[in-house]
Amino acid sequence: MKKSILPGAGALLLSASASAALAQETQSIDQRVNELFATATGPFVSFIFAPIPGTSFPWIVMWLVIAATIFTLYFGFIQVRAFWLSIQIVKGDYSDPNDAGEVSHFQALATALSGTVGLGNIAGVAVAVGIGGPGATFWMIVAGLLGMASKFTECTLGVKYRNEYPDGTVSGGPMYYMSKGFAEKGKPGGKFLAVLFSIFCILGALGGGNMFQANQAHAQIAGITGDYPGWITGIVFAVVVFAVIVGGIKSIAQVTEKVVPFMGILYVGAALVILIMNADQIGAAFGMIFAGAFTGLGVAGGFVGALIQGFRRAAFSNEAGVGSAAIAHSAVRTKEPITEGLVSLLEPFIDTVVICTMTALVITISGQLLMDPETGRFVLNEAGNAIATVDGNTGVALTSAAFATGFSWFPFVLAIAVILFAFSTMISWSYYGLKAWTYLFGEGKTTELIFKIIFCIFVVIGAAASLGPVIDFSDAAIFAMAVVNIAALYVLMPVVKEELHSFMSRIKSGEIRKFKH
Amino acid sequence: MTAKIVVGIDGGGTGERAIAFARSIGKQIDACELILVYVIEWSPFSFQTPEENAERHKRREEEISAAQERIVDPALASLTDSGLNVRGLVKHGDVAETLDRIAREEGAGQIVVARTSETSIASRIFGSSTANLVMHASVPVTVVA
Repeated sequence: MKKSILPGAGALLLSASASAALAQETQSIDQRVNELFATATGPFVSFIFAPIPGTSFPWIVMWLVIAATIFTLYFGFIQVRAFWLSIQIVKGDYSDPNDAGEVSHFQALATALSGTVGLGNIAGVAVAVGIGGPGATFWMIVAGLLGMASKFTECTLGVKYRNEYPDGTVSGGPMYYMSKGFAEKGKPGGKFLAVLFSIFCILGALGGGNMFQANQAHAQIAGITGDYPGWITGIVFAVVVFAVIVGGIKSIAQVTEKVVPFMGILYVGAALVILIMNADQIGAAFGMIFAGAFTGLGVAGGFVGALIQGFRRAAFSNEAGVGSAAIAHSAVRTKEPITEGLVSLLEPFIDTVVICTMTALVITISGQLLMDPETGRFVLNEAGNAIATVDGNTGVALTSAAFATGFSWFPFVLAIAVILFAFSTMISWSYYGLKAWTYLFGEGKTTELIFKIIFCIFVVIGAAASLGPVIDFSDAAIFAMAVVNIAALYVLMPVVKEELHSFMSRIKSGEIRKFKH
Repeated sequence: MTAKIVVGIDGGGTGERAIAFARSIGKQIDACELILVYVIEWSPFSFQTPEENAERHKRREEEISAAQERIVDPALASLTDSGLNVRGLVKHGDVAETLDRIAREEGAGQIVVARTSETSIASRIFGSSTANLVMHASVPVTVVA
């Protein structure tokens, strides 16, 4: 990965800077791509983020939070009462040794996590804290905790209604539980929802799962090598993604899948060290998080601004209620769908409650966000839409600068981590998008190839466009998936309750027993 | 009562030595059943891509039938020809743990394995499968040189 991207980009950078005219021309290509993109996606984005009439609160955020709250209550705070049981299942305590060699609960969780842990935790949190202030962290944690119940619901259904083909492969996800689950309950509209979900899933795969990743990976590389046109990074990335998803060069993906978890551990480790080094400030940082959660501390949009940003970035980061995880988790080998639901509820916890909070704390204590020492309120930037930062950094650059206050070399590690995270997220989402695509157009080599080529083209567009329109479109596409998915979850949640009840009573009676003690 | 002996095989020279030894003791015991076990190294804590997960069940079946065909069946044939009561198993997992688990499940009296000459860094750090088995097995283990 590193070998194929960085030197390539560097060489291209040199040739680009050799000619000022060429550079100008390429910048204008970026601008054109950006304008076209913003115009094309504008109406969709406006619809998804339309505020509830008479308020500034986007209806979609309310939709997600209400759903997560309903699932939390409906399943009796499953994220709390089954937390330890979930960990035991991931450890393999309930796995039959005769199933060894099949996809384990741990593997399904790790695969799903490598699709979600990534830029949302690094760049997304920086965006949330940059706009909504530290108070956004509080709402992010709340959304993460509630989101655990949404994830539980969708992943249980993903396993229950997956398709198992005669050749032993599996396909699962919201489109399958919508069509099969609705039919089983005798409810109409399942097929329609499944088609709608698939369309949004393809858009989500191209947006958040692709363009946003390419965009931020480019920002990282440009931050190190100096500015150069985004489409160059885009093409290099597109070639590597193409090699993996079309060329079947599995070794690249396998290496990434193995390196990403270590990058994640390194990231959390570095954050922990910075926090320990600044242990005296953690109390104050939490103070700001709590104070900001309810007062806004002068951020744009005040308390509501913090809340919206927190919820929005949490949903984008952990994807609870979106339905993507249901696709990833459905490959596990289990006779009990509920076990996978329980395992999946750890995902928002690790992703949002642990990793996102660490990022937010590091940014908060780093002093990168400018504050008026007299009033204790944040200083806004010139445009008045975000908190002013030391060097005007936003997104991943803000996280990078914050970590650099602890370790000056960290931006380099972070750059590599971001590129790898971006890449692994793209690979995961190319699979989610493909599953939705084949649901719509049928399985087959040609139809699959068409999607994969479209996916690679969007890598280039994503790297060339500027952050604003990309982030809006990415969010909008992913939230659109949640609109359809959650509607289906409401209809199917009694199925999950039945499964849960049966599983819990068999655990109690000893019918389901641990294989390890 | 039939004496059951679990024999770890690996499809190479090491496994051959274990089989040869098992054959000689099998002949000395009147009622004896040899259980040949081939373990495909596998960890539930490895990392995989979504595609690998989706195809895992299919791959597992392929791995099992390939091992059965190429490694277990020829060994079974040669031992059956010697007039011994023998059956074979292919399992995924950690070699030492799996051999020990099967020995316990089958009520075997001992496990026969051959010593490997592994010199990889990993086996130096974590110990070889044979060493792990000897350390943790719940039945007597015979290690063939």
